[in-house]
Amino acid sequence: MWVLRLIAKNAARHKLRTLLTVLGLAVAIVAFGVITTALNAWNTQIELIPPDRLVTRHAVSYTFSLPISYKDRIEQVPGVERVAYANWFGGLYQNDPKNFFANYAIGPENGIELYPEFVVPEDQKRAYYEDRTGCIAGQKIVDKFGWKIGDVIRLTGQIYPGDWDFTLRGIYRGAEVGTDETSLIFHWKYLDERIGQMYPGWSGQAGWFVVKIADPSASAAVCAAIDDLFRNSSAQTLTETEKAFTIGFISGLDAIIVMLKVISYLILGVIFLVLANTMLMSARERINEYTLLKTLGFGSFRVAGLIVGESLIIAALGGTIGILLTFPAADALGRAMSTFITVMAVKSGTLIMAMVFALLVGILSAVVPTIRALRISIVEGLRHIG
Amino acid sequence: MNNPLVTVKSVSKIYRRDSLEIPVLNNIHLQVPEGEFLALMGPSGSGKTTLLNLIAGLDRPSGGEINVGGIRIDSLKEKELARWRARNVGFVFQFYNLLPVLSAFENVELPLLLTGLSRKERADHVRFALKVVGLEDRMHHLPRQLSGGQEQRVAIARALVTDPKIILADEPTGDLDKVSAEEIMTLLSRLNLEYKKTIVMVTHDPRAAEKARVRRYLDKGELV
Amino acid sequence: MKIPLKYSIRNLLARRLTTAFTVFGITLVVFVFAGVLMLSQGLKQTLVSSGSPENAVVIRAGSGSEMQSFVSREQAAVIRSLPDIALDSDGQPLVTGELVIILNKDRRTTAKMANVTVRGVGARSFALRPNVKIIEGRNFEPGKTEMIAGRKAAEFFKGCGPGEKFDFGNTQWTVVGLFQAEGSAFETELWGDVDMVMPAAGRQVYSSMLFRMKQPETFEIMRDRIKADPRMTVDVKREKQYYAEQTQSTSTFIEALGLTVTIIFSLGAIIGAMITMYGAVANRTREIATMRALGFLRRNILAVFLIEAIVISAVGGIIGLAGASFLQLMTISTMNWDTFSEITFNFRLSPGIAIGTMLFALSMGILGGFLPAVRAARIKIVEALRAE
Repeated sequence: MWVLRLIAKNAARHKLRTLLTVLGLAVAIVAFGVITTALNAWNTQIELIPPDRLVTRHAVSYTFSLPISYKDRIEQVPGVERVAYANWFGGLYQNDPKNFFANYAIGPENGIELYPEFVVPEDQKRAYYEDRTGCIAGQKIVDKFGWKIGDVIRLTGQIYPGDWDFTLRGIYRGAEVGTDETSLIFHWKYLDERIGQMYPGWSGQAGWFVVKIADPSASAAVCAAIDDLFRNSSAQTLTETEKAFTIGFISGLDAIIVMLKVISYLILGVIFLVLANTMLMSARERINEYTLLKTLGFGSFRVAGLIVGESLIIAALGGTIGILLTFPAADALGRAMSTFITVMAVKSGTLIMAMVFALLVGILSAVVPTIRALRISIVEGLRHIG
Repeated sequence: MNNPLVTVKSVSKIYRRDSLEIPVLNNIHLQVPEGEFLALMGPSGSGKTTLLNLIAGLDRPSGGEINVGGIRIDSLKEKELARWRARNVGFVFQFYNLLPVLSAFENVELPLLLTGLSRKERADHVRFALKVVGLEDRMHHLPRQLSGGQEQRVAIARALVTDPKIILADEPTGDLDKVSAEEIMTLLSRLNLEYKKTIVMVTHDPRAAEKARVRRYLDKGELV
Repeated sequence: MKIPLKYSIRNLLARRLTTAFTVFGITLVVFVFAGVLMLSQGLKQTLVSSGSPENAVVIRAGSGSEMQSFVSREQAAVIRSLPDIALDSDGQPLVTGELVIILNKDRRTTAKMANVTVRGVGARSFALRPNVKIIEGRNFEPGKTEMIAGRKAAEFFKGCGPGEKFDFGNTQWTVVGLFQAEGSAFETELWGDVDMVMPAAGRQVYSSMLFRMKQPETFEIMRDRIKADPRMTVDVKREKQYYAEQTQSTSTFIEALGLTVTIIFSLGAIIGAMITMYGAVANRTREIATMRALGFLRRNILAVFLIEAIVISAVGGIIGLAGASFLQLMTISTMNWDTFSEITFNFRLSPGIAIGTMLFALSMGILGGFLPAVRAARIKIVEALRAE
């Protein structure tokens, strides 16, 4: 194990350079980790969607609404357990676009039961059911704005005009890490009544229906059955699993996602260049050492091992520090981007990937110096001494 | 002696390393007349290189005065000292100290960049200096393309090119084989006799010291 | 510069691979930096050219965009009779109502869905938007279920090319022509007769009104007067400003995310440059001392190493910028967060971005080279000459 000590001594000889290299690697790994986590954020949400929920929406465009009367007919379809309906409200809090969070009107009163991943204490649920203008909000936005149960929250309608006041009756937590906790829901009835007063003829519309089915494996059949029901109506439907719907929705951002992936590869390129450069310089200085070892009978394999070993240790150190720093960095970015990305949870898969890449770079960086060290003839090497 | 070029009076030098004080030179008195060829000799650690550095203005004495060409160099500030060196001193080092990426010509030209001479004027001086040391035909070679002796000759040309008052050489033959060493010493002799250059040389090589006209000895920081 | 530039250049070339690695590190960072800015710029450009400074858009008060807006028939009538509207050559007021809806269409390349904007336009819409020109086929005939497609829409989405048909609102629509609109957002839209689009979409009112102002200079006064009218719950905006606002979220997102990431990993490149320069200084300790001995000053030495770092970053910057400029050949199609509809745009390199990018590159060099250059300048002559 004296090999390890030799490596450590070599690295320690140039403390500043080793430190800088480790730092450079760590920084780049942080950037890589943050991007990967951001990309995962969307995927995580999708993975957590229960497979037994379907979304039924207007076939032509999900910005068109459906008649509320569809609910009863959908409930009759075999395989369907329960149906709820929702409208995207899109209200702004304090009229500031920076405070964006998702808000929906959901019906019937207990429509939230279709979302078991939103955990609400029973007493709060009851209070919400009984309050026509009540609302339930996610823990994250409650914390962000400092709300308490009983507070009146005013939203400025962007689609449904005017100021809308809701009383906070409940706070929901996500059942698992990664579940969204940044939405606000209120009663569809309240929305419908007020709209009916302002614009008669506009009421009785649902944005989409949420359908809970008994057997997830039968989802395709149920989807087809529901759409069949309305094939000849004025408002035709398109039903798919909520997962598929969300994936389709997010695919609009494909280009951005590709861009982020490209950036993360370029980051890996920078990591490589930094470490490879250091290894080059380090190996260049030690030419005489290596040749000396060879004259003493050390095989090329051992010499290569020294170089690769040093490179791997630096890579591992940089990777570890980078991984540790990824957590606070992802957190900070998550808070800054809370409008677009609701969850920035660093997954263990990301960390493993980061470490693997770091080590891979460690090996690659040692290639050129190793080749040079092995190729140099003993005579030439000794000439470098003195 | 009328108007010595270099006067060293009561000079001492103490190095401070951490909290230790290491005395290197003690109460040195020395005068070097113009046109002299002086060899400073002594065992390693005797302080001879330190004394040379003080005369060269590369370092400051801890006590005493150093006068070169009428100027008290021990009282000059760093920038003034740099300027003084450029105009008045030529160096020759044991390991030549040529810049590896510059050609012989460009290495010799380097000190002239600190003067206000035009390109053509500089080129004339460089060519002359290289002619004196006999290397005109290799002026575009890089140091790695020259032998040790040739490199040292380029270094001497560089030391000459500003026409300095004094040439200081620190073990100029220390890294050379017998033949090259002989060449270098002959060259230095010529500079002293033909071109009337004042030379102070530090050496521990008795054969090199033979070519000098005066020899002084240092031991444990004192002139003996 | 006392010490010649060629000294720095030749030293950089002497350690070819190290210099190359450092340069390429800077290149990568510069490429991303410029790319992000160009993306954001391209997005802004698209929507900037989408509006005329002489037109005013009327949408419902408080709605962020046409998608969420509706203008009732009564309000539409009031607007049509406003005195502020310029008249066309026939003496008719240049005003029109439009309906904007989103349809889901499959992309041609990835078979994933996108939200495509369909705009029901009135007869005067073309006069109000003179930059829209038919380039293939013909314009739609009023009263028919025909549409014309912007050239980007036709390129990116299935069923939107000339001659293609699709279903919407229980009727079949035919794309009878292609139009270009000087790279503006309209090129990602499908246009049809508003009186045909309305019933198909099940809507009875316009989403917005558009008119040419008689006196664009007095826009603010006109706007305040219109809004003060109790019959009207509307917002009036200059068309140009309206479209500029439409890119806020998306371009902010791109810039914020992109620049944050870039700056983080530019630290990696800066550190790489620092390592290289420290190595260079360490290698040339004796040379530096020699130059100082010859009479060169500390600041001459500092300049040499700072210049070497700057040369590295300048070269990296130029290559990175050159590479980024090729991005202009790409077209991006993505969902615009503000309107939830699809928007296509290009990377756009402006002189400002080029200059800003080079400054960024140079500052990386200066930051990376500064401390090593200081170290070089602080070398003690006598010690360095003595050292082996």
